[in-house]
Amino acid sequence: MTVWWAVAAVCAGCYALKLAGLSAPQRVLDHPAVRRFAELVPVALLAALIAVQMFSERGALAFDAPRTAGLAAAVVALLLRAPFLAVLASAAVVTALVRVLLG
Amino acid sequence: MAVGLSGVAFGAAAVTAGLDVAQACVLSLLTFTGASQFALAGAVGAGGDLVAAAAGALLLGGRNTLYGLRLAGLLRPRGPRRLLYAQGVIDETTAVTLAQPTEQAARTAFTVTFASLYVTWNLTTLAGAVGTSFLGDPGVLGLDVVGPATFLAILWPRLAASARLRTLAAAAAAVALAATPFFPPGVPVLLSAVAVLLVVIR
Repeated sequence: MTVWWAVAAVCAGCYALKLAGLSAPQRVLDHPAVRRFAELVPVALLAALIAVQMFSERGALAFDAPRTAGLAAAVVALLLRAPFLAVLASAAVVTALVRVLLG
Repeated sequence: MAVGLSGVAFGAAAVTAGLDVAQACVLSLLTFTGASQFALAGAVGAGGDLVAAAAGALLLGGRNTLYGLRLAGLLRPRGPRRLLYAQGVIDETTAVTLAQPTEQAARTAFTVTFASLYVTWNLTTLAGAVGTSFLGDPGVLGLDVVGPATFLAILWPRLAASARLRTLAAAAAAVALAATPFFPPGVPVLLSAVAVLLVVIR
């Protein structure tokens, strides 16, 4: 039941955040601090989310070689300017293959 | 197509994390912003603090507020239409809409992108969630890397454009990993925002 509360809070909150952006007066964007914060915070959070999902399991640091190889494949695909789907597919395929190879 | 793969990965990740199929689908229907959904599922799965997990998901959702601010001038939504448009304000629709040459094209692009992504994201979430609850471990298909790879692809243009943002990203990742052994899951991602303050002050 408690998980449902978290789900409900995230659903309501995320919608409210989107609506707030569409409804707020445009001059909010003129404020340089707002602009800078809004540009920087998502970069930090996304980077942290990548790190945590890659290198932790159940609240402890963990290294998973197949998953790391998959992310490396994604980096290579991004450097080659591959389309979004190719980036995700190469990551998944490499992870699955390395996992099979390492047994 | 790529969103479809992310949707399957989210459905799979949510069920692996211990959410049920209904919770995964409600999140995709009502939250409809991938990074926040993955963040919540990840923290729940790791047995983390639910309040911190929800707070991390909401902070990530805060970037949609900025997108909304930028789209409002182009879309000029009025009345009930604004309530509908709001749900569509995400990374992908913003990128496509802002790339259009005229306001008319921007409005069309927004509607078409929103509609197709919404349908795809929700159907594939259902497929991933149901598939995982029947088949078990999605790691066999390498689906556990799709979430991080999606975020990396979203982040990439910003990292490529600015050395300062690369430093910030590296610092944030380091803060989150350093905090991982000491805080319940969900909190380290929140703490990484501290890295922003360090970069801003410098």
